[in-house]
Amino acid sequence: MKDFKMSPRPLWKSLSDVPMGSSCSSFHICDTNAAWRVFRPVMDYSLCIGCHQCYLLCPDGAIHKEDAKVFRIDYDFCKGCGICANQCKPGAISMVKEDQV
Amino acid sequence: MIKKLNARNIDAKECFYGHKACGGCGESLALRLALKVLGEEAYLSLPAGCMAAVSFIYPNMAFKNNAVITPFASTAAVATGIAAGLEALGKEAPLSVGFAGDGGTADIGIQSLSGAIDRGEKFIYICTDNEAYMNTGIQKSGLTPFGAATTTTPAGKAIHGCVTEKKNMFEIAAAHGISYAATASIGYPEDFLNKVQKAKECDGPAYIHIYTPCPTGWGHGSEITVDLAKEVVDTGLWFLAEYENGEFRLNKKPENFKPVADHLKRQARFRHLSEIEITQIEEMRDRKWEKMLKNWG
Repeated sequence: MKDFKMSPRPLWKSLSDVPMGSSCSSFHICDTNAAWRVFRPVMDYSLCIGCHQCYLLCPDGAIHKEDAKVFRIDYDFCKGCGICANQCKPGAISMVKEDQV
Repeated sequence: MIKKLNARNIDAKECFYGHKACGGCGESLALRLALKVLGEEAYLSLPAGCMAAVSFIYPNMAFKNNAVITPFASTAAVATGIAAGLEALGKEAPLSVGFAGDGGTADIGIQSLSGAIDRGEKFIYICTDNEAYMNTGIQKSGLTPFGAATTTTPAGKAIHGCVTEKKNMFEIAAAHGISYAATASIGYPEDFLNKVQKAKECDGPAYIHIYTPCPTGWGHGSEITVDLAKEVVDTGLWFLAEYENGEFRLNKKPENFKPVADHLKRQARFRHLSEIEITQIEEMRDRKWEKMLKNWG
């Protein structure tokens, strides 16, 4: 499967790899948001009509457009807010409790 | 003719990613959508506020763009300074954008915004309006609407939340004779995308005021953020308008407003309101619309 991480976790081998000073390079993302979720959005591709609403309205941009009709959720950064499932008119996204996945 | 933007033809690249905003944050959605149009070459200025707090967490950097945290009062001053710097460096099509919340725009940052618009420099200012100072713990701002409970205007026995009305920030920005000003809502994302595109194309200062619900501050479920932002336009409590070439224009004129009570009761900050206050809110809305329809057509 494609790696959906927009920015791979930077490797720190020594202290000198940690950015110094009050600024750092853009898109320097060191940790994920995955543990924020209580409910996880699960996509049923047979119901998806490719309306793009989930991809458009995700506040975290965690739903990636792979193709005009193929959308994938980056569970490393999805916070489980449920906007995608709420906006999905055909009901292709359902929110499932994390321990029941 | 500029190509109309929609969900299908916007840039698939993300410029705002891995930030630590609350789940269902409306403000981060507005920022993400705006950056899809502005592109990664835009230089961003953000004052102390939610969006600075969630994206610049050392050693994380959630922006792909160059971005800087400005003093609270000087978002627009820093943005125009960056624009001047980019021009001095000989950059082609320099683009400097300021993103501030409602407090950073209508209260604390209003003088620098006014000065920057007055100087007529090319920059874009986007005000993400969540109707209180959310980052510091939900205090009332100049854009808090009538009746909303915040920590500094709590809903008590005698006084039921905020007693003042929302400042007309869009009209204030337009009154400078600005090149382009618009209001938007994340409930109408395509409309917002095209307004950002217009602001990018226009030659001079541009101001966009976008309505962004905040699940933490307003006390609503994180999944209904976009629903609320759509409803607020349908109930007439917020409006979609533009100011261009010295003329105001309403983008959406609802024939019948949806009931205000249902919309307000979905948010904990309005749950204490009595029938009388809801009628008062409806009267304020009708007065505002009467004026807008008369003057802006």
